[in-house]
Amino acid sequence: MPRVLLLHQTSLGKKAIVAVTGVVMFGFLTGHMLGNLQVFRGPEALNHYAALLKATAPLLWGTRIVVLTSVIAHIYFSMMLAAQSGDARPTPYAKRENNTANLASMSMRLSGPTLGLFIVYHLLHLTLGFSPTGVHSETDVYANVMSSFSIWWLAAIYIVAQLMLGLHLFHGAWSFFQTLGLNHPRYNALRRYFAAGITLLIVGGNILIPSVILSGYRTQAQLDAETPAAPADDAPVEARNIVVE
Amino acid sequence: MELKSNAPTGPIETRWDRHRFGMKLVNPANKRKYKVIVVGTGLAGASAAATLAELGYNVDAFCYQDSPRRAHSIAAQGGINAAKNYQNDGDSIYRLFYDTVKGGDFRARESNVYRLAQISVQIIDQCVAQGVPFAREYSGLLDNRSFGGSQVSRTFYARGQTGQQLLLGAYQALEKMIDAGGVKMFPRREMLDLIVVDGRARGIVTRNMVDGTMEIHMADAVCLATGGYGNVFYLSTNAKGCNVTASWRAHRRGALFANPCYTQIHPTCIPVHGDYQSKLTLMSESLRNDGRVWVPKNKDDVGKKPGSIPEEDRDYYLERMYPSFGNLAPRDISSRGAKTVCDEGRGVGPGGLGVYLDFADAIKRVGKAKIAERYGNLFEMYEQITAENPYEVPMRIYPAVHYTMGGLWVDYNLQSTIPGLFVLGEANFSDHGANRLGASALMQGLADGYFVIPATIGNYLASEGGGKLYEKRPGVDHAEAIKVRDEVSARLDKLLHSKKPTRTPASFHRELGKLLWDNCGMGRTAKRLEAALARIPALRQEFWDTILVPGTGEELNQTLEHAGRVADFLEFAELLCKDALHREESCGGHFREEHQVEEGPEKGEAQRNDELFQYVAAWEWKGADAPQVLHKEALDFEHVKPSQRSYK
Amino acid sequence: MAGDAKTMNLRLHVWRQTSVKDEGRFEEYAAKGVSPGMSFLEMLDVVNEELITTGKQPLAFDHDCREGICGACGVMINGNAHGPQGATTTCQLHMRSFSDGDELWIEPWRARAFPVLRDLMVDRSAFDRIIAAGGYASVRTGSARDANEILIPKQNADSAMDAAACIGCAACVAACPNASAALFTAAKVTHLAELPQGQPERMRRVVRMVDQMDIEGFGHCTNHRECEAACPKQISVAVIAQMNRDYLRAKLIAPADNENAGSGG
Repeated sequence: MPRVLLLHQTSLGKKAIVAVTGVVMFGFLTGHMLGNLQVFRGPEALNHYAALLKATAPLLWGTRIVVLTSVIAHIYFSMMLAAQSGDARPTPYAKRENNTANLASMSMRLSGPTLGLFIVYHLLHLTLGFSPTGVHSETDVYANVMSSFSIWWLAAIYIVAQLMLGLHLFHGAWSFFQTLGLNHPRYNALRRYFAAGITLLIVGGNILIPSVILSGYRTQAQLDAETPAAPADDAPVEARNIVVE
Repeated sequence: MELKSNAPTGPIETRWDRHRFGMKLVNPANKRKYKVIVVGTGLAGASAAATLAELGYNVDAFCYQDSPRRAHSIAAQGGINAAKNYQNDGDSIYRLFYDTVKGGDFRARESNVYRLAQISVQIIDQCVAQGVPFAREYSGLLDNRSFGGSQVSRTFYARGQTGQQLLLGAYQALEKMIDAGGVKMFPRREMLDLIVVDGRARGIVTRNMVDGTMEIHMADAVCLATGGYGNVFYLSTNAKGCNVTASWRAHRRGALFANPCYTQIHPTCIPVHGDYQSKLTLMSESLRNDGRVWVPKNKDDVGKKPGSIPEEDRDYYLERMYPSFGNLAPRDISSRGAKTVCDEGRGVGPGGLGVYLDFADAIKRVGKAKIAERYGNLFEMYEQITAENPYEVPMRIYPAVHYTMGGLWVDYNLQSTIPGLFVLGEANFSDHGANRLGASALMQGLADGYFVIPATIGNYLASEGGGKLYEKRPGVDHAEAIKVRDEVSARLDKLLHSKKPTRTPASFHRELGKLLWDNCGMGRTAKRLEAALARIPALRQEFWDTILVPGTGEELNQTLEHAGRVADFLEFAELLCKDALHREESCGGHFREEHQVEEGPEKGEAQRNDELFQYVAAWEWKGADAPQVLHKEALDFEHVKPSQRSYK
Repeated sequence: MAGDAKTMNLRLHVWRQTSVKDEGRFEEYAAKGVSPGMSFLEMLDVVNEELITTGKQPLAFDHDCREGICGACGVMINGNAHGPQGATTTCQLHMRSFSDGDELWIEPWRARAFPVLRDLMVDRSAFDRIIAAGGYASVRTGSARDANEILIPKQNADSAMDAAACIGCAACVAACPNASAALFTAAKVTHLAELPQGQPERMRRVVRMVDQMDIEGFGHCTNHRECEAACPKQISVAVIAQMNRDYLRAKLIAPADNENAGSGG
């Protein structure tokens, strides 16, 4: 049997799997975020991008399979490791103080499951089309996004989920260097900056979408693209006016 | 009883080789049939257990700590000597031999010391191969420093943690053999007696310190590597658990105790700061390489801030008294110097029991960074304990009991007067004479364990009992074993049920310690020793009448453990004072105030009496009600002619 | 001595447990007249002397050298392994770190791999077994070549020493939210991995030691770095990265006979 398939037998092996699958998801997230930012280039750009993805079945399904496998492995082995750690200290301390553990590191086992739930919701909402707006178009991704994020609580769910993602990424993106043994005294300090930077970028980019849409702001490209079309039914007119000014 | 040292004669350079060649070997196929007990897992014990197992013997190893890695060798800071002459500064095996004999004030066996110097070279090779991270130069070569009164740089070190690193090397070798099945390790076991059957050491009685079970272990030979007896003074630099029990019990079973009065007082310890104090902390002697020792010239200045005392009012007494060695004068001499100036009322700090160790000049000379690199961890430790910053104010130091040169008498094969009982490391008396040089304890422990005992124990096993000792090994149900175990149990029972249980073991220990420090410490007189000898039996009686130990013997009971150790210290202390009283001379760690040089430049220095006392004093136990009997092993000095030790 | 004049009174909540089988509970004690110059263990000594003279069982705790090197001592003090001061063992912690009227919760190290033997004493023999699994460089006594034939760059010797400074006190496990022994194990792996003498057994060692660590029932490392903060010898979590790297190398790249060398422990 290939040795890599035996890795899961030990705690360090499991951790390596969690780290590598984390890196995969992290790569996916970067692409996902960049793709979604197309929304600010108007409906045509975003819909075209979506159509392109769908038209390239190997790319779409290849990505889906890799990501899905990663998600499942990541969750499965994290749970096994968490169980191992739970067993490792049957009697808790009456008093306990943390010195270096931070919100991000301590909340991995909270942010992780939350993100898991969110992913399910996200897929139901925007991929499978069970949208609270009641409207879902297979081709007009732009409209789906715009209509959803104009609803404040729906936007809020996404924003909160992104903050959770931020916590998870901030620790995860540092942690995987350690777990995979990627360290060097000269560059160790950079790993934290990297984690912070990449977290800000991904989470920032992602949060931008619902928050900007909710605020009613439209880029010139969006306006240009939207002018010929009828304005979205429920978009408040005054909101647009403010921006046009 | 005649003491046969079995030390070889002839050219000293080849004595050990010739002796080894003359020894019988155990057939490799037979080694696994033998069982050897090793008590103690410090440098001597761990290295012996690992090496004997590697040779093929079955080894049962014991320690009172929870892990063999914690034996007190771990606390040695400064380094280990070896005659490598890597620095090309004139060192040689002969010079290390010479320095050690002279440093020991001509009270050690030349043959043993020469062997030690020879083996020192192999020890470094062995330890480096094990991965001991000795300090290196930028070239990648091993670094050396000059240490403890030596004029060559022959000390190898691993920061301030040399003992730790050497012990971990031996511990790792031991763990490897445990994994391989050659050693069975018994941690948290305290040896409480020795079992002698048909005149041979055959086993030990231990108490399992976790649940109180009394255990009998039988073997074909027993090695004691149980350390020194410095804790008889209560306050010492030894670990809290260090004790004399194993040695003392062996003594009571027939092993002679040699030179107990040779106790080393280390000059650089952090002074006592309160009644509650539980131990003294050593600051590595290496500090004296850069620190200057001084006290105020005038008594009136002792209360002043050290910085406010001008240069001309300071007495750098070691530099003044010993111009060529200065602050690096040997331990006994530096310690006595501190005592002298404090006795004159010029000591600093609480109770006037302290002298300054000042780094101001060194910081000025090489910079704070360099000093921090050399001694950073020691300075931190000092600040941790005293809340004073030694970069800014001079350290205060005072001598403290540190090492004991005396111990069970052994011959050249490290065998005691009980056949089959071998004694290694600090527990024996053999190599340091009346005073040990810095960085030599680690050397001796490892020499005994790695190199001497593996050779000599084979000779014993191969020649005794027709080479078939294992066939006659008594079982754990042997009548003598049961008898000894029952005696031990009865003794513990007595500790648990005294007539009027009112005083704690610690309170007795503290009182005994103070009694010895005052009367048998750095300076001894017949009068004070007699006073101590008068007081000790009374104290011992009081101990047995009023000792208070809560709980039972069938559980983890640290008070009971302590009480047992104090009980043995109370017996041993008497022998210590008796030996000190009988030795009417001053030598090394034994300074009798009546015997000082009275005239000339060496005035006030120790006055040896070679004519009457050039011997090892080995005491034989004659029962609790009879005084011990003195036996003498005469010492010959063919190579290093006794002279007045001069460090002027 | 600075600050020794004033004494303080403290309230202690100490974990009491008579044996492995006992359930254990907190009991309250008063520590009176504590001098700031006392070490933490000397403070416990004083409490114990009082307990003994009143015929009660004293608090059992491991300790030996009392100078911060043997690694025997160690308790949790108000949720901090070895107490509030960094880079310090319990025996080197001094009472000047506390103030009059403080309430202290004193607990043993807690981990499945470290059963409580009595009060504050735990069984850390799991650490010995991890070392026995591979934490050594094999050398037959007497067979070593001259020490200076092995040249070791000072940087390597220094970083080996940094890792080798571990005293095996187990504060890392105690402080770790997962009760992981990664720092301890990695320190030994790194010590030997930094040196040429450690190379021949390097892959085998890391696999066997990590396996043993799992067998003992420790948790796994999630990089909180609490161990590093608690370590009295300030061993860096960089050693954990080193161990992880070596482990993955051994498992994925190294020649196959090393791969299974550790199976079965």
